[in-house]
Amino acid sequence: VSLRVLRPGLLTTVQDHGRRGLQHLGVVPGGAMDSIALSLANALVGNSQDQAVLEITVLGPELLFTEEALVALCGAEMEAHAEGETFPGDRPVLLPAGTRLSIRMATRGARAYLSVAGGIALEPVLGSCSTYLAGGFGGLKGRALRRDDVLPVARDAAALAARRYRLLSRRSARGRLGTVRWCAPPLTLPDREPIMIHAMEGHHFSSFDAASRRAFFDSVWQVAPDSNRMGYRLAGALLHRAEEMRDEILSGPTALGTVQVPANGSPVALMADRQTSGGYPRIAQIASADVPRLAQVAPGARLHFARCPLQTAIALRRDVRSRVAAALRGLAWEYGK
Amino acid sequence: MEVNSVVQRLAAAVRARSLPWIVEVVPALGGLALHFDPDAPELPDATLQAVGALMEECLKAGLPPERHVGRALEVPVCYDAGLAPDLAEVAERTKLAAAEIARRHAAAEYRVLMVGFSPGLAYLGGLDERLSIPRRAAPRASVPAGSVAIANQQSVVYPYAIPGSWSVIGRTPLVVFDPTRAEPSLFAPGDRVRFRPISRAEFERTAAAEQR
Repeated sequence: VSLRVLRPGLLTTVQDHGRRGLQHLGVVPGGAMDSIALSLANALVGNSQDQAVLEITVLGPELLFTEEALVALCGAEMEAHAEGETFPGDRPVLLPAGTRLSIRMATRGARAYLSVAGGIALEPVLGSCSTYLAGGFGGLKGRALRRDDVLPVARDAAALAARRYRLLSRRSARGRLGTVRWCAPPLTLPDREPIMIHAMEGHHFSSFDAASRRAFFDSVWQVAPDSNRMGYRLAGALLHRAEEMRDEILSGPTALGTVQVPANGSPVALMADRQTSGGYPRIAQIASADVPRLAQVAPGARLHFARCPLQTAIALRRDVRSRVAAALRGLAWEYGK
Repeated sequence: MEVNSVVQRLAAAVRARSLPWIVEVVPALGGLALHFDPDAPELPDATLQAVGALMEECLKAGLPPERHVGRALEVPVCYDAGLAPDLAEVAERTKLAAAEIARRHAAAEYRVLMVGFSPGLAYLGGLDERLSIPRRAAPRASVPAGSVAIANQQSVVYPYAIPGSWSVIGRTPLVVFDPTRAEPSLFAPGDRVRFRPISRAEFERTAAAEQR
């Protein structure tokens, strides 16, 4: 079974949960920007959590499935069609052999995850199938999908598709597509703007002048168009360190969700493909619970930061984790597990 | 260098304790990152205090000596002018002959202060004072993989062909970073590094063997 790329979309890459334990060698974990939607997408087709899926950004691809496949599209809401029918998101869909799946614009959110029962079958690099664009490795040749690429899918994907689909409860057909009358809960889609993101004061927070410290938590930020998997540029107030605090900063550590302020004063929130170290002052650290939600904030959308201490951030993370676990358990039950 | 020495030794001490809630220990030039797993059941409730206590415990127990942190590496470098596009400029700026620049660069012992910015890109401290020059005003659009360059009291070895503003004075035939290798990165933080000058002929032979 294989997947042929008829149209690649804006930026479609192979992603899983990323590579661990290599940051001291300059290799960032990377992986899906919205790790929760990745988990749901895999669970929707009965996959284990570590299977590789496609991460689709804002404008989706058109794909040809050579054989029958069980797929799910999760995360951002996308306009999508297959076999002359509207393709439903957030649920398993059985595609007959020869189906062209056309995914168009995101109508809510920024990133969708397309899983295939059995998974995309690529060789892991440094323990992961995630595409690391800046390093040029992982996924399909270390790059985004292009027209006429052929993605290998698990050899038994067609057999798995039929077998798993039969296990599902409340099945319903949509023309030639097989699907179900239930769906996964959207856990990361942004609510009304400005979207609230929790953040802790960063290592250099107190070195910023009073106006900048206020502006960071009190003002509304807009995600700039040149935001990507490495970082989100935030347009709005310009932030500056107090004059007496402008000493040279030695390159220091960064984490997923670290907010740095380069010399131009516009903050950058570091995302999945960030560099492992940085030489700019770190004004804040976004709570890890909110990073998957931030991944769904499209360029042009507005957000604001709510200040929280570390213990609150850890509590938020536990809360999100238990909601994800409950959703995953529910999906496993649909497969009789 | 002194701050970083503590960073490296502290990193080694924390790693040696292999705590289940600390998933990555990442040294940088002027700081150490302990990445914790917020989902780990072992995560202490008062997390910040626990990190503070951990640091205190490591310092009290005594950090491992510098010579026990990292490995000793010898890296062959060819300082042939054909592989060193900035050698003439560095000679002009330092008022040293090209051969003297190579001699001084290879005579020093370096420490890997950090691997970062790009996978496998090592920042080496310990550069001869006479060779310490600011970065070039105009960055090169692409510096070939393996290029050995200097700036601001440090030396780097470029793992890929990437843009750079450091002055290139030689090239190693070794593959600095290969994600398909069991040990992807030639350098790791804390390593002690010496450069061994090699001829152009040896460079070509080793480079050909490395490509296989």
